[in-house]
Amino acid sequence: MQPPVLERLRALLGPDAVTRDPAGLPRATPDSAEGVALTCRLAHDEGWRVRVEGHGSWVPGDAPADLVLCTRGLDRISSVSPADLVATVEAGVPMDALARRLAEDGMWLALDAPGRPERTVGSVVATATAGPLRAGFGPVRDHVLGCAVVTGDGRIVKPGGRVVKNVAGYDLTKLQVGGFGGFGILTEIHVRLRAVPRRDVTLVARGSRDALTLAGRDLLATGVTLAALELLSPTVAAEPDWVLAARALGTEAGVHADLDRIAAATGLGWATVPLERSHAFWDLIARAGAGATATVRLGVLQDGLDEALDLVTHELDEGLVWAGALHGGIRWAGSAEVSQFRALRRLAATREIPLTLERAPWALRQAVGHFGAYREGVGQLVGKLRETFDPAHRLVVALEGVE
Amino acid sequence: MSMDLAAALARVVGTRWVRARPVELVTFEADGLPTHSSQPRLAVIPGSRREVVEVVRMLHLAGIPFVARGAGTGLSGGALAGGDSVLIVLTRLDRILKVDPSRRRAVVEPGVVNARLTDAAAPFGLHYAPDPSSQTACTLGGNVAENAGGPHCLKYGVTTNHVAELEVVLPDGRLVRLGSPHGESWGPDLVGLFVGSEGMFGIALEITVHLAPIAPAVRTLLAAFPSVRRASEAVSGIIAAGIVPAAMEMMDQSCVRAVEASIYAAGYPTDAGAVLLVEVDGSPEAVGAEVELVEELLRRHGAAGIRCAVTPAERARLWQGRKKAFGAMGRIAPDLAVQDAVVPRSALPTVLDEVSAIGQRYGLTISNVFHAGDGNLHPNISFDRRDAALLARVHAANRDIMAACLAVGGSITGEHGVGSDKLEYMPDAFDAETLGAMRAVRRVFDPDERANPGKVIPLRACREWRRGAA
Repeated sequence: MQPPVLERLRALLGPDAVTRDPAGLPRATPDSAEGVALTCRLAHDEGWRVRVEGHGSWVPGDAPADLVLCTRGLDRISSVSPADLVATVEAGVPMDALARRLAEDGMWLALDAPGRPERTVGSVVATATAGPLRAGFGPVRDHVLGCAVVTGDGRIVKPGGRVVKNVAGYDLTKLQVGGFGGFGILTEIHVRLRAVPRRDVTLVARGSRDALTLAGRDLLATGVTLAALELLSPTVAAEPDWVLAARALGTEAGVHADLDRIAAATGLGWATVPLERSHAFWDLIARAGAGATATVRLGVLQDGLDEALDLVTHELDEGLVWAGALHGGIRWAGSAEVSQFRALRRLAATREIPLTLERAPWALRQAVGHFGAYREGVGQLVGKLRETFDPAHRLVVALEGVE
Repeated sequence: MSMDLAAALARVVGTRWVRARPVELVTFEADGLPTHSSQPRLAVIPGSRREVVEVVRMLHLAGIPFVARGAGTGLSGGALAGGDSVLIVLTRLDRILKVDPSRRRAVVEPGVVNARLTDAAAPFGLHYAPDPSSQTACTLGGNVAENAGGPHCLKYGVTTNHVAELEVVLPDGRLVRLGSPHGESWGPDLVGLFVGSEGMFGIALEITVHLAPIAPAVRTLLAAFPSVRRASEAVSGIIAAGIVPAAMEMMDQSCVRAVEASIYAAGYPTDAGAVLLVEVDGSPEAVGAEVELVEELLRRHGAAGIRCAVTPAERARLWQGRKKAFGAMGRIAPDLAVQDAVVPRSALPTVLDEVSAIGQRYGLTISNVFHAGDGNLHPNISFDRRDAALLARVHAANRDIMAACLAVGGSITGEHGVGSDKLEYMPDAFDAETLGAMRAVRRVFDPDERANPGKVIPLRACREWRRGAA
């Protein structure tokens, strides 16, 4: 008879790298891609189901599994190149630790992912969860230059690279960004950085949702470029009204001009958030939904925001809601039943709006799926890609379309 | 058999849109890569998306490989078709289906020429940002296949950053729709996976792209430097200062002299070791402030003379030399191998020295014109393809240039693609496992490997992965 999972893993990775999680499951914390690969290979051969865990705040901790593979042992910032504005980080590095290291050299990663600041880089990339800065700096995929990933059967694949422009080979990195771990476990990520801007100003305006959405439309029409223009529900903003938060980055003169344009185009009463409080303000916005049971995002364009917000508030609630007032996109966090998510997804689909379940307890995730039903032909492609990277379906993810 | 096939295809597209005789196929035996050529079995030129789908289905049933081709401006031999393959030419699918200014989106067929889309968007104050040097000829379908770049990709990103949704015909004739008008995926990011797959995952029939506002203010600076090294250091200095210009393009002395001796003369200083074009755009206030900073940084890094173009005519003149540099190099020799590789910006001076040494080693004239802000090199080797010995030296120099770029952590291609040209370097860039993964992913879209066969992945260098379930 084979020894239990725990002993087999300890023999493979060493006794210190294998513990038990709070539920009693063996938890392997390898400190290298090779260690992750060995674990996956063994799990593949033995038929063990693997749940991947970063900091434990995003991927559900209750997915049915025989072992937990924790990426927190992959905690090195392997290289930082200020001259090239590129860094290589292991997947288990917390976002806040990376930010501190980059700040030492006057750089930053322009990603303000929702959730706790200690969320791992791997979690942000695997779930493609971008925050308000997506308006100015694009979605998560635009920041990732390459990666290393361990497949469900223990192979190490390294697509992309460390340069900012690269079309060598197929772009397998894109599959990993927002792949929810269905195509392997991220172990290392090459990211594009930016120099810290000279000026960083945050403004807020309060008002009705309709008035603020309209202001976003007006600002879009002016062509003003903002780092962020986020519409926040009263619960997110901890205010009695909806709040529109704008962030302008750049040179002193450029930011001043942007602020003038914002005021002129909207006619709203804007208040400046003092510089010493502005980072804390955005951090609070990011972590406002960290304690919620579930998080969904909707890919809606700006001109459909009003209607989509109506849908969200009607089918779910008006609690924790963030919306991109310039380029669209909605995130909601809270608690709701499977039937509510399904209803919302159905209604969104009729409006050509994709809905992604970013975070949820396993039962909900399994019932609804990250993405729900795929378009015709897409589900077959996704299924085959999944089999390519995890032939025995050892990685426990709700990737297959359901409903 | 070819005649039977030609007749069958003619029933779909009409007789005049099938080319089967060798003399008719000469046009299609090469793209923009002068070192490779081959004639397809035949060429078919469908006139609608429905006809493309029918052609692809027919070829699937007959088990015949095919290669999709746009304008044939590609520089990696990506659109070359061997004698067993049918070339599907997409230039007749040239309809701009929609320009939606309020949503900042456009929907186009694959044969739409890049610059035509920007022209169509201009009345609304918008443009399509990726601007390859061949933008007046290259098609958006080709741009999607190659993930094309261009000078202004420094600030605005390459093709993949601007594609929201695709309708694709898979190699077996099935239609799938990837992405969404917003850009958020219905599932994993298959748009991101498809863009840059070099025609090996299928053919994009309908492309939804982002349009960006035309910046209200633009300034273009031309700075002359004593050496490429000093100019490269200025590039790093500007980026490190937190400024992301719309474009930062460099030309070395050899390139500048070729341009200035041609009809594209732009008034570049021919005595400079290198010239740098820096374009800054945005609000008038931001541009004014950034131009001041950029000028100061250029001077600090040794720029001898700086010119600032303000009016559209002045800017167009400065850009003319850059955009037409490849054509101007025709003065040096009958053929030009336009190479493409990327290095970390900090390695630009070292690698450019190495490229110069490689040119000397093989007795070749190498001119450099490139996207300096991205570290995206274009060492251009002038040669005459009729001279076999010279051609062998060009191949050897290319190999050494690729090795030099990889040695500093670079890539073998930044925007031209692997195609046929870079196939041999792929095992130097990726390990066998990663190449195996790429091949396995290709088989998901194309189990029979009939779409653009023989490109991108050197099959012998791949570790074997299981085939995905059929």
